[in-house]
Amino acid sequence: MDGERDTTRPAIQVVDIHKTLGRKVVLDGINLDIERGKTTVIIGQSGGGKSVLLKHVIGLMKPDAGQVVVDDVDITTLNDRELNEVRKKFGMLFQGGALFDSMTVGENVAFPLKEHTDKGEKEIREIVREKLQQVGLKGIEHMMPAELSGGMKKRVALARAVALDPEIVLFDEPTTGLDPVTSDAIDDLIISTHEHTKATLVVISHDIAGTFKVAHKVAMIYQGNIILEGTPDDFRNSSNPVVRQFIERKAEGPIKIL
Amino acid sequence: MRALLEYVGRMSYRLLVEAGQMVMMLASAMSWLPRPPLKLSLIFKQMEFVGVKSTTVVMLTGASTGAVLALQTYYGFSKFNAETMVGAIVTLSMTRELGPVLTALMVTARAGSGMATELGTMRVTEQIDALEVMAANPIKHLVVPRLVAGVLMLPVLTVISVFVGVFGGYMVGVNLLHINPGLFMSKVYEIVELPDLLNGLVKSACFGLILSLVGCYKGFATTGGAEGVGRAATEAVVLASVLILISDYFLTALMF
Repeated sequence: MDGERDTTRPAIQVVDIHKTLGRKVVLDGINLDIERGKTTVIIGQSGGGKSVLLKHVIGLMKPDAGQVVVDDVDITTLNDRELNEVRKKFGMLFQGGALFDSMTVGENVAFPLKEHTDKGEKEIREIVREKLQQVGLKGIEHMMPAELSGGMKKRVALARAVALDPEIVLFDEPTTGLDPVTSDAIDDLIISTHEHTKATLVVISHDIAGTFKVAHKVAMIYQGNIILEGTPDDFRNSSNPVVRQFIERKAEGPIKIL
Repeated sequence: MRALLEYVGRMSYRLLVEAGQMVMMLASAMSWLPRPPLKLSLIFKQMEFVGVKSTTVVMLTGASTGAVLALQTYYGFSKFNAETMVGAIVTLSMTRELGPVLTALMVTARAGSGMATELGTMRVTEQIDALEVMAANPIKHLVVPRLVAGVLMLPVLTVISVFVGVFGGYMVGVNLLHINPGLFMSKVYEIVELPDLLNGLVKSACFGLILSLVGCYKGFATTGGAEGVGRAATEAVVLASVLILISDYFLTALMF
């Protein structure tokens, strides 16, 4: 493709992905188009394959069969070095933050900048300050990750994930393990990140309220397949018993507890 | 009987798989080693961790080994009036065998387990995945500096250990057992040659590679939270120690 990006085409296409871990079929022929510039939330049961799907999208796992197409490139066939080029388009927020605990907050956010740009110390410091400010943190560059609360870690990790202004940002259960108030603040942050960057966001979650708040599009994984994809309203109005059980958070119903 | 055979089969299979994976990791590290940027600061940091911070324990081990060796050989040699040979024997044993092996075992316990713990924690908290996602190769960032530090620092530590060991032997031999100091040293110069020391240093570089590689491998292969990290550290120490002792025999036979 030459320069001009076709904005109507999906940013990521997941085509018929199969993955078996041990003896368990985790992904059983998943097809999913992630729309460019939108926030897509993938919901589903814990242990239901959401994280595994996300790891396929960024090439941390290779599928047994199927393709993951990012900007016309099937990333499942790339070698390490080619994959690294594609990954520069991505930022990812890990569930526990995954901050490097041998580095300060500032060094963590600066890490991708030092790795992949020729920017000088001063310029990097300025960007780090700005990115931390965007997530509502100020003057904590010198602190170590161990000194931060769970919510602060997530914020710093988000600042690090967007440090290179990526086209696509992945969120692995951004609100899991946080109190409701902090969770809502993180959801606000996801929305403001989207407004700031116009990036494509992919969130995996099992937090229903948060999902409906941030999502343009929702997809639900059940038994290794996408059982429903659509707008939040499609989900609210769905009569599918599996979807109903999940969004009404009931223990009884077709979904078996793993 | 069948259960026993199954157990043996399963264990040997696992061992082969692990060996293969470790060789793959080493090959990958070798391919990343010369590629710029060299990340010298990461290498220096590991050299400090493996080398500088192990000095005390290595000196202690060396001194005690040299001193005990002097006592023990004196006991044996005095039975046929060869007390003056104590210095030479202590020096030979330290340079060729005890210096490299004991240093390697002590550093394995200290730094090898430390590597497995640190990398294991990074694995279970997804920090290694985070590196990979940020297009920063974990082998280049984490494994290469540790291997380089192991290979470079173990010979240095071994020299320290040998030096301190011979000094310990001298103190015991001359001051405690009243061996003539001139004779003690002249026998050392007469019998010990430079290749004896070089022989030991080659061994220690190999041991350094083994303990770092096993520490990194076990760290990277960690699964299952805090318990998994503890298991990785234990396994790293056990496996590295076993491999050091086994390879010691073959390296010695090879360079005999």
